[in-house]
Amino acid sequence: MVASRAIGSLNRFNAFRILRSRGCSCRNFSGSSALLARTHVNYGVKGNVAVIRLNSPNSKVNTLNKEVQTEFMEVMDEIWASDQIKSAVLISSKPGCFVAGADINMLASCKTPQEATQISQEGQRMFEKLERSPKPVVAAINGSCLGGGLELAIACQYRIATKDRKTVLGVPEVLLGILPGAGGTQRLPKMVGVPAAFDMMLTGRNIRADRAKKMGLVDQLVEPLGPGIKPPQERTIEYLEEVAITFANGLVDKKISPKRNKGLMEKLTAYAMTIPFVRRQIYKTVEEKVRKQTKGLYPAPLKIIDVVKTGLEQGSEAGYLAESQKFGELALTKESKALVGLYHGQVLCKKNKFGAPQKDVKHLGILGAGLMGAGIAQVSVDKGLKTLLKDTTVAGLGRGQQQVFKGLNDKVKKKSLTSFERDSIFSNLIGQLDYQGFEKVDMVIEAVFEDLSVKHKVLKEVEAVIPDHCIFASNTSALPINEIAAVSKRPEKVIGMHYFSPVDKMQLLEIITTEKTSKDTTASAVAVGLKQGKVIIVVKDGPGFYTTRCLAPMMSEVIRILQEGVDPKKLDSLTTGFGFPVGAATLADEVGVDVAKHVAEDLGKAFGERFGGGSPELLNQMVSKGFLGRKSGKGFYIYQEGSKNKSLNSDMDTIFASLRLPAKPEVSSDEDIQYRVVTRFVNEAVLCLQDGILATPAEGDIGAVFGLGFPPCLGGPFRFVDLYGAQKIVDRLRKYEAAYGKQFTPCQLLIDHANSPSKKFYQ
Amino acid sequence: MTSILTSTLKNLPNTSKWALRFSVRPLSCSSQLLALSAAQPKSKKTLAKPNMRNIVVVDGVRIPFLLSGTSYKDLMPHDLARAALLGLLQRTNVPKEVVDYIIFGTVIQEVKTSNVAREAALGAGFSDKTPAHTVTMACISSNQAMTTAVGLIASGQSDVVVAGGVELMSDVPIRHSRKMRKMMLDLNKAKTMGQRLSLLSKFRLNFLSPELPAVAEFSTSETMGHSADRLAAAFAVSRLEQDEYALRSHSLAKKAQDEGLLSDVVPFKVPGKDTVTKDNGIRPSSLEQLAKLKPAFIKPYGTVTAANSSFLTDGASAMLIMAEDKALALGYKPKAYLRDFVYVSQDPKDQLLLGPTYATPKVLEKAGLTMTDIDVFEFHEAFSGQILANFKAMDSDWFAQNYMGRKTKVGLLPLEKFNIWGGSLSLGHPFGATGCRLVMAAANRLRKDGGQYGLVAACAAGGQGHAMIVEAYPK
Repeated sequence: MVASRAIGSLNRFNAFRILRSRGCSCRNFSGSSALLARTHVNYGVKGNVAVIRLNSPNSKVNTLNKEVQTEFMEVMDEIWASDQIKSAVLISSKPGCFVAGADINMLASCKTPQEATQISQEGQRMFEKLERSPKPVVAAINGSCLGGGLELAIACQYRIATKDRKTVLGVPEVLLGILPGAGGTQRLPKMVGVPAAFDMMLTGRNIRADRAKKMGLVDQLVEPLGPGIKPPQERTIEYLEEVAITFANGLVDKKISPKRNKGLMEKLTAYAMTIPFVRRQIYKTVEEKVRKQTKGLYPAPLKIIDVVKTGLEQGSEAGYLAESQKFGELALTKESKALVGLYHGQVLCKKNKFGAPQKDVKHLGILGAGLMGAGIAQVSVDKGLKTLLKDTTVAGLGRGQQQVFKGLNDKVKKKSLTSFERDSIFSNLIGQLDYQGFEKVDMVIEAVFEDLSVKHKVLKEVEAVIPDHCIFASNTSALPINEIAAVSKRPEKVIGMHYFSPVDKMQLLEIITTEKTSKDTTASAVAVGLKQGKVIIVVKDGPGFYTTRCLAPMMSEVIRILQEGVDPKKLDSLTTGFGFPVGAATLADEVGVDVAKHVAEDLGKAFGERFGGGSPELLNQMVSKGFLGRKSGKGFYIYQEGSKNKSLNSDMDTIFASLRLPAKPEVSSDEDIQYRVVTRFVNEAVLCLQDGILATPAEGDIGAVFGLGFPPCLGGPFRFVDLYGAQKIVDRLRKYEAAYGKQFTPCQLLIDHANSPSKKFYQ
Repeated sequence: MTSILTSTLKNLPNTSKWALRFSVRPLSCSSQLLALSAAQPKSKKTLAKPNMRNIVVVDGVRIPFLLSGTSYKDLMPHDLARAALLGLLQRTNVPKEVVDYIIFGTVIQEVKTSNVAREAALGAGFSDKTPAHTVTMACISSNQAMTTAVGLIASGQSDVVVAGGVELMSDVPIRHSRKMRKMMLDLNKAKTMGQRLSLLSKFRLNFLSPELPAVAEFSTSETMGHSADRLAAAFAVSRLEQDEYALRSHSLAKKAQDEGLLSDVVPFKVPGKDTVTKDNGIRPSSLEQLAKLKPAFIKPYGTVTAANSSFLTDGASAMLIMAEDKALALGYKPKAYLRDFVYVSQDPKDQLLLGPTYATPKVLEKAGLTMTDIDVFEFHEAFSGQILANFKAMDSDWFAQNYMGRKTKVGLLPLEKFNIWGGSLSLGHPFGATGCRLVMAAANRLRKDGGQYGLVAACAAGGQGHAMIVEAYPK
């Protein structure tokens, strides 16, 4: 967050000089101190109130970096020195963003923990100065106020936020594997209470303005305005400023107290927190919970607890010191690098690198109202796309419509939507059994049964009714798009859009282009996906594309491991222990055993021995017995409606027994089992890059983490190779190759990386 | 095109942006402006349309509008409506049997008299052969009643229609909660004691929490006062401006009342109480007094207060509308023609109360008139902030271009012609009854002060709005 000492002293010198030079000009034009234009931070004076405006040039958001901090402190020094100014308002000129956080690139350049610690300490010092400001500073928040932005706001004396959907407050540092390092861990517990502060810091969740008001995170709310003398956004910011100025004056006149009236519950909690025993209990519970959830794979949450504890038990000085030190330690961990890498990848995959499509998709047709079709419909209608949902039966259609309605209604229950908004969104959906209205759609996404002949049938049917410009997208997890497109009259308009289930929860969308798919078709599909809120990777066509292709060998290994006598529960705990959010056996149940079988057969044919391992017979027998996974109530586990605890399916024992393989002791330690699963995944991912299925390693990482649940703490298969070391992975693969053969043969690209250690997927 | 002319003309005398400054002394500044507008030629002699029946207002009355919870508090809505009908009968001496149809507007319905028009008509002694229905369109319900009458007459279905409106805010239907209602209905159907007991066992104390009639907009869950406050802020209307306008409304209403100009008011002998003869909500105060009030909706920094908002009111109005030929045949001298009218609607969240801004230029265009042709403006005053926001919206090129699809602004309204006998802020606003009051005020003002055209406009919940041209009947 800031400059070194030397620069700091330089600043003071600058500020001094500026002050003197302004002294004469200022007297005449008291309202126009913007004379001295800075790059990021400027201020004007309205009466006795300085209005400090944050506005970083050439960026949609404000971030805190050294320059911003330097300029901000210059401005504060001027304000503190001025006789005329009695208080200040801090506001952003950017619509939809107060401060989005500290500039994470600052951390990337740190070579040692000490450097990162120093960044934290500079931030701490600056905010401490702000907190002790003799003149009240009101933070006027419109839009995102995250990370360092929130730490800045809570160092101010008063906070006013717009009650806008875009206004969210939070400390998401934990999601980047670090902690709030500019006093956040010390101020938040005092401001919102220890439990709420833990919740914010450990989950990194965004908090909406109205909730923030209830928690005591902001002191006042301002309703966003509609159109008036100016565009709504512009006038709202102006209004926020006007209101903030009245409160700034009120604070100076002591008409308004910065202290908040706490409710009874809050008072009780605050009292309880004064008892050391209660505090210890809280630390213990939180710590246990975190350990259980992170399985020790993520160091940041535990350090956050530690730092908060230090502050509360040993005073703020120790707290600040601990905060900056742990911040430094965390910043250089592999986990943090992996998570930061994912963040960058996600930003990248939220952009349309194919440019703007010629025609905006406004009307969407979806074929098949099953789980996927209805899910796609749900994420489309709530973005204002007029959606026709077609199915073949009234019952099937009704089920799909109900799924969409339920998805929206759940949001009403969570109060993120009003019932009126739900109704109006739901009216974007038209359910039907025929192709009426398809002559107006700009894109059709089919989500019918995964069978080539069925796909061909609907493609021909729909091409007879859709207009020329309409795009045909196929939602399939494994069928090659060029085979689907083979019967199309216009293959340049055919593309694959592979959604993940449940569509409204899973962020990833894998878009598959064939040789013939036109660039505009791709641009259009990406635009629709982005509109639906998806993180998008664009890959080349091929059996299993990218995601399914990586998953298949891994699942094959999973089956072999099960055949070798490891029970599904053990396997699940081994895989989750490695960082997968869902255990491997559970994953098979969730995906559906029949789907897995289907995919295994298809890809087995396409890739041959490399995809072997477990016996396909296991899946065959499961399917024939109706153990299809969660959807049929039985798979590796037994699922019961309403009950969260699942027990092992004992009927599987006979299947396992009949297909039992001898375990090879030299590759069957817990760690080996974990690595057998992961290395096959990684090897196949690297092979996808080698084969040109993937365009970039970043997309490979995003696809693996967001689509398949590859451990986020490892950052994705490519980041994992970079951080863990290609040589070590090749060594592992060779070891397993010796035991099992070709399935573990490392691919050439991986060997290349192992041979020259300077080669990295991320430079 | 003419509107450009109008606006430039208007801008000449008012170089200062706000004519409002003079509002406290309306007469002092109005004389010169009046002279100016009188000097302008009228664009049309009449708005009569070929092959269309002329529709006239013979006369209209209202019982005094009272603060809710005062003299009318023990009555029911149809009592007020009946009093208005009886007042109309007395005023006009219309034979009951010539009335073809009766229409009333109301907003918050008393469930016992959901067709309040019929109950009031029967009670007022109209023929049981005269059909009656009730309409609702929030604050423009009685406007809807009047325009429905216009439609019936224009299409030849009726010759004589009584239109009116009623609202009783002293009593509103407060219901049992949905859960409680469900249980009571199920109990009704339960056949055995066992069934009844099992139903009763599901009873929870929270079933008893009552359900009040919604004060909030259904689509947005926002109360109207809150929306008005945001609207005022969006148009940068200050608290002082709002208080000044409220003071103007009350001062003008007081003056009109004292001078006996509010001739549409008929006395009402309330059963068991004294005869009510005057509106009782007119309370001219001082800016200092008004400034003391705390904001009522957006606390603590909003600008809409109880004093610069219209208050909860009980009242009823009624009006006799006829085809011109019929009125003349019956020997009446009508007061005014009802001419073109429009209904508009817009975003119920951010433009809830901007109906007049949209409706005014639309109705003028429809009638082929310009702002300068209008001698009398009667706008419904829901809130000071709402009226002033509408003024600013109509005077903004930016707003006209970006939200109204117009090339130029509608123009500044001449304050000296605007609500000079008071408005809803001071006279009161019984939701369903206000429309008829506006039209009668316009008609009576045209008769009193001379002039040919009046423009009536109002906003309503749901983001709707209405405007109508009233033309003076030649003397």
